[in-house]
Amino acid sequence: MLVPLVVALPLLGAAVLGAAGHFLPSRVDDLVAAAIAAAVTVLCVVLIFHSAHGTITYWFGGWHPRNGIAIGISFSVEPLGAGIAALIGALMTAALVQSIDYFEEEVPPHFFVLMLVFLASMIGFALSSDLFNMFVFFELMSTAAFGLTGYRIEHRSVLQGAINFAVVNGIGAFLLLAGIALLYGRTGALNLAQIGQVLSRHGADGLVIVAFGLIVVGLLTKAGAVPFHFWLSDAYAVAPAPVCVLFAGVMSDLGLHAVGRVYWVAFSGVLGNGHADAVRGVLIGVGLLTALVGALMAFVQAGLKRMLAFIVISHVGIFLTAIGLLTARGLAGATVYVVADGLVKGALFCAVGHLARRVGHTDELIAHGRGRSLPLTGTVVALGALGLAILPPFGTFVAYSLVERGAGGLGYHWLPPLLAIATAVTGASVLRAAARIFLGLGPAEDDLLVAAPRGEEADEGMRAAPRRGFLLWGPAVALLVAGLGLGFAPGIAAHAVQHAERFVDRPAVARETLHGAPPAPLPHVHEQIGAAGYAYGAGSAILAVALAWIGLYRRRIPEAFRRAAGATAGPAVQRLKLLHDGVVGEYVTWLTAGAAAITGLLALLTR
Amino acid sequence: MSFLPYALAAWLFFVGLYGIVTSRHLVHLVVCLGVMQSSTYVLLLAIGYRTGKKAPIFTSGVPTKVGAVDPVVQALTLTDVVVSVVASALILALVIEIWKRSGKLDPDELGKQET
Amino acid sequence: MSPRVRLGLFGVSAAVLACLFVWALTGLPQFGAFRGEYGRILNSAAGPERHVTNVVSAVTFDYRGFDTLGEEVLLFTAVMAVALLLREARSGDERRADAVRSDVVRAVGLFAVGPTVVMGLYVAAHGYLTPGGGFQGGVATASGLVLLYAAGRYRAYRAASPKTLIDFAEGTGVGTYVVVGLAGIVVGGSAFLENVVELGVKGTLASGGTIAILNAVSGLAVASACVLIFHEFLEELMTAK
Repeated sequence: MLVPLVVALPLLGAAVLGAAGHFLPSRVDDLVAAAIAAAVTVLCVVLIFHSAHGTITYWFGGWHPRNGIAIGISFSVEPLGAGIAALIGALMTAALVQSIDYFEEEVPPHFFVLMLVFLASMIGFALSSDLFNMFVFFELMSTAAFGLTGYRIEHRSVLQGAINFAVVNGIGAFLLLAGIALLYGRTGALNLAQIGQVLSRHGADGLVIVAFGLIVVGLLTKAGAVPFHFWLSDAYAVAPAPVCVLFAGVMSDLGLHAVGRVYWVAFSGVLGNGHADAVRGVLIGVGLLTALVGALMAFVQAGLKRMLAFIVISHVGIFLTAIGLLTARGLAGATVYVVADGLVKGALFCAVGHLARRVGHTDELIAHGRGRSLPLTGTVVALGALGLAILPPFGTFVAYSLVERGAGGLGYHWLPPLLAIATAVTGASVLRAAARIFLGLGPAEDDLLVAAPRGEEADEGMRAAPRRGFLLWGPAVALLVAGLGLGFAPGIAAHAVQHAERFVDRPAVARETLHGAPPAPLPHVHEQIGAAGYAYGAGSAILAVALAWIGLYRRRIPEAFRRAAGATAGPAVQRLKLLHDGVVGEYVTWLTAGAAAITGLLALLTR
Repeated sequence: MSFLPYALAAWLFFVGLYGIVTSRHLVHLVVCLGVMQSSTYVLLLAIGYRTGKKAPIFTSGVPTKVGAVDPVVQALTLTDVVVSVVASALILALVIEIWKRSGKLDPDELGKQET
Repeated sequence: MSPRVRLGLFGVSAAVLACLFVWALTGLPQFGAFRGEYGRILNSAAGPERHVTNVVSAVTFDYRGFDTLGEEVLLFTAVMAVALLLREARSGDERRADAVRSDVVRAVGLFAVGPTVVMGLYVAAHGYLTPGGGFQGGVATASGLVLLYAAGRYRAYRAASPKTLIDFAEGTGVGTYVVVGLAGIVVGGSAFLENVVELGVKGTLASGGTIAILNAVSGLAVASACVLIFHEFLEELMTAK
C-alpha cells in the first residue's frame, strides 16, 4: 500500500507546483517541496522495517504474474534497497532545507519541480525490478539532473558541464538499452527475476556476456567509474551546492546498486558458477582503478567542489570493488557504505554550500583563512574528512570492515590495504582544504594544485552577506551525525548481511517474486569486527592526517625526497590532469574504449 | 538476408558514435545522437517481428488465427522515442545558449576555452 | 589528446566493440522467429480482459502503464528544464517577424491547420481502437499549432496558444495521470494504476476503462509539452541579438 506512494507523492507534488508554483513565493514552494521530501523519507524508513520480514513485491496495475510469467511492472522492496531510498529522501530533505536560505534570488518554481521529480525518479530507480522501468527512471533522473545542473546558465563552464553530462549520459543510456533489448530477444522478459529464471536454464554464450557487459557499462557511466567519469567532475563542480548534495550522495551510487541488483537477480544463475571469477576480476579491476585514480585527482584539486566530485568517483570505485566481490558480505558492506558515506558526502556538500554563501569562494587557495569565523562548519568538514577516511568506530568504518572481511573471506588480502589507501587520500584532500580554509594553515599558493578556474565555481561572487545561519549549516550537521552515527545502530552489520544473504539467493527470490512463495527465514548471522579491521581503519585515518600535512607543508620535506617523488609521479599526474579538459569528443572516445575493454575482457575471461 | 535488420542497428549505432566523436558542430552532434537513438528503435522492432503475422490490432474483436507481432517492443519503442525527443530538446536548448553567448559551436573549442 | 590519437583510440575501441556487438546479435533468434511469451500472452489477453482492440495501447496504458507515467513525467520535466535553462530575462523588444511573406504559402498552410488538428485529435481519441494513441495524436495536434506559426502569423500563433493555459494543461495532464493511479488504490483497495473504471463495449470509444482516460490525458500532456518546448525555442529566436 505504501510502496507506490513513495513515487506518486513527489510526482503529484511536482505537478501541483508546476501548475500553481508561480502564484506562491519561492520560499513557500521550497517548504512544500521539503515537506514532501521529509514525508517520503519517513515512508522509506517505515518500508525498511516492513520489508525486514520478507521482500515486498508490489505489482503496478494489479498485474500479478501468470504461471510464473511476469506481465506487469513490479517494485521489489527489501531493506537494502529501502535503506538507499531512505538515504535519497534524507539528502533531498536536507538539500531543500538548505535551499531556503542558500539562494539569494527568487527561485523559479521549475527548480523545485525538478527536485521533486528527481526525488521520485531516484527512488523509483532504486526500488524497481523491471529492466525497462529502470531505464525509464534512469532517463528521468538524467533529465531532471541535467536541468538542475544548468541552473546557473550564465557561466560558460556550466554550459560546458551540462553538455558533457547530457551527451555522455545519453550514450550510456543507449548502451543500457541495447543490453536490455538483447536480453529481451533472448528471454522474452523484462522482469529481472524472470530474466534470471530463463537465463539460468542455459549456458552463457556471446549474447549473455555482451548484454551483461553493455548493461554494466551503461550503469557505470551513470555511476562515474573510470573511464566513464569525466563528465562527472565537470558537472558536479558547476551545479549549485544543494543539488550537488544529491548528486554526490546518491546519484552515482544508484548506478552501482543497480549493477548489484542486475547481477544477483538476473545473471548470477548463468554467470555465477563457472564465470564468477571472470566477473569478479573485471569489476574489482575497474573498481580499484577508479578508487585510486579518483583519489589522486581529488588530492590535486584546489577547488572544493571539484575535489569532492573526484572523491565521489573514488568512493564509487570502492563500492564497485565491494560489489565485485560477488558475495553477500560484499553486497551488505557496499550498501551500508553507500548509506553512511552518502550521508557524510552530503554533509560535506552542505558545508561547502554554507562556505560559499558566507565566504564567497570555494577554492581552498583563495579562501585561505577566510573560514575562521565558521568554526561549526569547519568542524563538520574536518569530521567529515575523517569519516571519509574510515575513522573507527563510525558508520563508514563499520561498512569498510564488512568489505574487508568479505575480501578476506575470498582470500583477497591485498584488497583492503589498497582501499584503505584510497580512503586515506580522499580524507587527506578534505583535511588539507579544511586546514587551509578554516585554520589558515599552510601557504596560500601551491602550484601542484589545479585551481578552480575563474567562473567554474559558479557559486563564487555571491554576496557574502551573512544570513540566518541555521538553515545553512543545520542540514550539514544533521547529515554528518546520521552518517557517522550509523555505526552505532545496534547490529547494523549483522542485519545488513542477513538481508544480503537473502538477496543473493536467486532461486528463492525468483520463487517469491514470480510465484508468490512465502519468504525464507532469515539466516542467523554473527558479525564481529576483527583486529585487522580496526588496524586498517585507524591506519587510514592516521595516513590521512599525514598526507594532509604533507600537502600543506610540502616544502619542508627534504629536497631529495621531493625531487624523487616529482620525477616518478610528476609526469603521470600531469598527463592525468590534462585528460580532464572538457572536450566531449574525447570523453566519448574514452567511453567507447572503456566499453570495449570491459566487454572484451568479460568475453575473453569467460571463454 | 535475415541478419540484415540487426546489422543495420549495429551500423547506425557505430556511425552515430563516430559522428559524435569527430563532430565539429554541436547541432551535428545532436543529430548524431538521434542516429544512435534510431539504432535502438530498429533493434527493438526487429527483435519483436514475427514473419507472416499482422499488427497487434484486432478490430474484428477476436484474436485471429494468423497471430500478431510482439506488442511489447512497440510500446517500448514508443517510450524510447519520447526519451529521445526530450534529450534532443534539452541539448538543443543548451546549444542555443552557447551560440548566444559565444557565437561558436565547435565542441572541441568549447572545452579548451576555459583553461 | 591530439585528433589523430583520439581517432586512433576510437577506431580500435569501436572496432572491438562492434565485433562484440555483432557476436551478441548472432545469438538472437532468427529475424521473424521471435517466440516471446510476454507478447503472446498480452496479444491474446488484452482484448477479452480490457475490451480494447489496439493491444499496443493496452500495453502502454495498462499492463505497463507505470512506464508511461514515467514517460509523461519525462516530457513534463523536459518542459520545466528547458524553461529553467532558457529563463533569463529577455529584453522586451521582440522581433515580431513573420516567417512567410508569400500569400499562396500562407493560404495553403493555414488551410492545412484545421485538418491537421482534427486528424491529431482523431488519432489521439481512437488510440485504443485503431493504430495511434495519445502520444501520436498529441504530437500531430501540436504540429498543427506550430503550422499556424510557420505558415501564418506569429500573432495568430500566440493568440491560439496562450502560455498560462498550456502550462496549466501540461501540469493537469501529468497530475491527472497520478490521480488516476491513486484512484486505483482508493477506490477498489487495489493497486496503483489498476483499471477500476467500467470497461465498456469493445470497439467503441467507451471501452478500456482507465485506458481511455489515460490515453486522453497523455494526449493533452504531450500536445501541451510540444507546444511549450516550441514556444521556448521560438522566444529565443524572436529575441536573439
